[in-house]
Amino acid sequence: MFLENNTAVSMRHITKAFGTKVVANKDVSLDIERGEILALLGENGSGKTTLMNMLSGIYHQDSGQIFVDGREVHITSPKDAYDLGIGMIHQHFKLVDVLTATENVALGMDKKTAKNNREIAKAIEEICEKYGFDVDPKQKVYNMTVSQKQTLEIVKTLYRGANILILDEPTAVLTPQETDKLFAVLRNMKADGKSIIIITHKLNEVLAISDRVSILRKGEYIGTVLTAEASVQSLTDMMVGQKVELDIDRPEVDNSVKRLSISHLTCLDKYGVKALDDVSFDAYGGEILGVAGISGSGQKQLLEAIAGLQRAEGGSSVKYYDPESGEEHELIGKSVTEIKNMGVALSFVPEDRLGMGLVGTMGMTDNMMLRSYRNGKNIFADRKAPRNLAIKVKDELEVLTPSIQTPVRRLSGGNVQKVLVGREIACEPTVLMAAYAVRGLDINTSYTIYRLLNEQKQMGVAVIYVGEDLDVLLALCDRIAVLCDGKLNGVLDGRTATKEEVGMLMTHLKEGNDDGNDDA
Amino acid sequence: MATMTHKKDPLVRIARRETMPKWQSLLIRIGSVVAALLLAGLIVFLLTGVNPIDVYSSMLKGAFGSSEKNFARNTWITVRDTMMLLCIAVGLAPAFKMRFWNIGAEGQVLVGGIATAACMIYLKSLPPWLLFICMIGASLLAGAVWGLLPAVFKAKWDTNETLFTLMMNYVALQLTCFFVAKWEHPAGSNKVGVINQGATAKEGWFPAIFGQEYMLNVIIVMTITVGMFFYLKYSKQGYEIAVIGDSPNTARYAGIPVDKVIIRTMLISGAICGLAGFVTVSGSAHTISTSTAGGKGFTAIIVAWLSKFNTFIMIGVALLLTVFDKGAIQVATDCGISKDMSNMITGIILFFIIGSEFFINYRMIFRKKAKEATA
Repeated sequence: MFLENNTAVSMRHITKAFGTKVVANKDVSLDIERGEILALLGENGSGKTTLMNMLSGIYHQDSGQIFVDGREVHITSPKDAYDLGIGMIHQHFKLVDVLTATENVALGMDKKTAKNNREIAKAIEEICEKYGFDVDPKQKVYNMTVSQKQTLEIVKTLYRGANILILDEPTAVLTPQETDKLFAVLRNMKADGKSIIIITHKLNEVLAISDRVSILRKGEYIGTVLTAEASVQSLTDMMVGQKVELDIDRPEVDNSVKRLSISHLTCLDKYGVKALDDVSFDAYGGEILGVAGISGSGQKQLLEAIAGLQRAEGGSSVKYYDPESGEEHELIGKSVTEIKNMGVALSFVPEDRLGMGLVGTMGMTDNMMLRSYRNGKNIFADRKAPRNLAIKVKDELEVLTPSIQTPVRRLSGGNVQKVLVGREIACEPTVLMAAYAVRGLDINTSYTIYRLLNEQKQMGVAVIYVGEDLDVLLALCDRIAVLCDGKLNGVLDGRTATKEEVGMLMTHLKEGNDDGNDDA
Repeated sequence: MATMTHKKDPLVRIARRETMPKWQSLLIRIGSVVAALLLAGLIVFLLTGVNPIDVYSSMLKGAFGSSEKNFARNTWITVRDTMMLLCIAVGLAPAFKMRFWNIGAEGQVLVGGIATAACMIYLKSLPPWLLFICMIGASLLAGAVWGLLPAVFKAKWDTNETLFTLMMNYVALQLTCFFVAKWEHPAGSNKVGVINQGATAKEGWFPAIFGQEYMLNVIIVMTITVGMFFYLKYSKQGYEIAVIGDSPNTARYAGIPVDKVIIRTMLISGAICGLAGFVTVSGSAHTISTSTAGGKGFTAIIVAWLSKFNTFIMIGVALLLTVFDKGAIQVATDCGISKDMSNMITGIILFFIIGSEFFINYRMIFRKKAKEATA
């Protein structure tokens, strides 16, 4: 069946593990036809990119086979993949900034096939004309927009003779107009008999461009459906799966008081694209507010804007209501230090634990100092209090470390997180923000983190929990704000919401959603 | 199932070590120096036929004198040069700890030296204590300015500090040429000559302390060394430097004003390097020339790195490198072999010391052992 004539690539029983614990792909089988656009759909960490990296020669499978045109092949390097006509356009472009488009295409060609720049420029123009691309062969890459760079990557791949193109989340960096343009050329390429695999988690794009959809969930192959027969609902169900009952405590909310009021918050990402678009909602002391969304939907900007680390556009506002004095403070436009000096006890457990929350080469003591080292007028920093705090955190959270002086980067992920959460809670916050706080942690440590968040909630802290596991969000949070494409797509009651509802809001922007809806 | 491509495990796998007791890492470091001396000796013998023991003993003679008579003199010169190197390395320490690659010590020393020489020439009528304050202030200021420029550009526009500080060296070098021509003495010599010598009262020269000409060099540099140690290890500013060096993102998260700290730290780094110019011009050379820094600005980088920015360890490393340098000249004359040969020995020893870090941080797992380990 899979060796029939029209199959361009067939992957059979592919398994790939990283280390002993993480299985990225488990027994995945997948066919790609000639002249079709196949969407590869799945949540974050479902193994889409890993699977395609094996096809393009970046990784090699632990077991399983790959057939190209019915012949078994062993792809051990990107060059092997190119020789088989397989090319991948990665999320992070592999271009040399200071070279022109032509020079970038010429790079990596071996001597036998090397041509002079004029011939290559001509070939580029031919490819552009054939498929409707727009590339200036003489333009330097550093002068290009993100969309132009992506186009160049595709042209480069085509120039090398690729018949099977893999695009890893190609629309993540594009504006809607640019996305339409991209889809138009993809259709032209398909008409020319090329096979295209597009890795994505945006359902509307899947429905707009693909012929078939293959779904992965947690590294496993779930199934393939014809796009014409699929709906947003059916794809969401396949993507998120059945609800798993978790035994996470959720104490009842009592005396919740408004602590943060976020209104019309708009932020740009580093490319100048709106990462957060006019988001408004309130957070209450005494509750856990979950934030759900596909990764990169603006979660990072949301938390960092509140923390004073991200610039917000005009009209944005984050109001903080002091629980003791009842005073109102505007946080937007203030630096981290200014926010702290206003008496706002804001704690933040960022996603990047060692790159942002902690100093990897320092021990627990010095990491505890990060929040408190400025205390006092002395030019020398007080190490006594941080040392006591380190000992306390180590004992209470059972941090496994040879000593409190051992550099924290040597600790396991779970222990690193305990150090970070322990420090942030020790600041006696009134607002506690945590991003992906249990990512990569084992079950026991995860439950420790849930317990700590619940304790904070019961102490009246406004907890904002950005998560990716919907089962956890539904079991832990009192309310769930769902972000989609930088917009607030709805706020659900954590006790009554279903996984499908959240999944729908994550992947499909509600009609006419322009201003966030902030009632639960 | 069809055949699968199975690549053989590599013969040696390299894995990071968890921790190593201090004595063990010390043993590895000492072992590496011994191994380097043995290997270097073997190479010297094979290439030249000279007894390596003779080479090493004349190295020591070069550094500490060949007889009791010149022992004190030679040793003091070695100490003086060690202090100069140490002072620059201590100046580099805060910048490097912040992962700010200050390659511009050479230039910072030169401008500090120019400022000192200018004070000695133009302000010699001042009372000595005032003259000294002027010299110190001027050299600190000159070095600080040389450090400030690349820091501001780095903080505001994220320019590459390695290139910037390196280029500043050439500016300083050209400035030195200009002042050498301006202060030329005697005319036509293209040298500044020894400043305030002879008939004058050696204004702006370091006074001898306890009868020792270079004692003040030692006192100044050691004070800075100890001070820098405490500054980096215990002060709040030192903590900020360490956080930025490891992760600027974490620093921003903690509310550390990264730009301000970069500028402040480079002011300190440049100023101390400028002061090294003062120590050498006022305290030993008593003149200024394009070779006043003499490459020590670059050698100090090695000193700072080998000591992992611990200023106390820098004392030992600076001494070691100075001894090798002094020894090299002696070896050339005593054994009739080129000075390059002793430079080669220095190179081998440095290579081994740096290489020993690998064995401290990593361990090697051989194929057979790895199988047993996983079994």
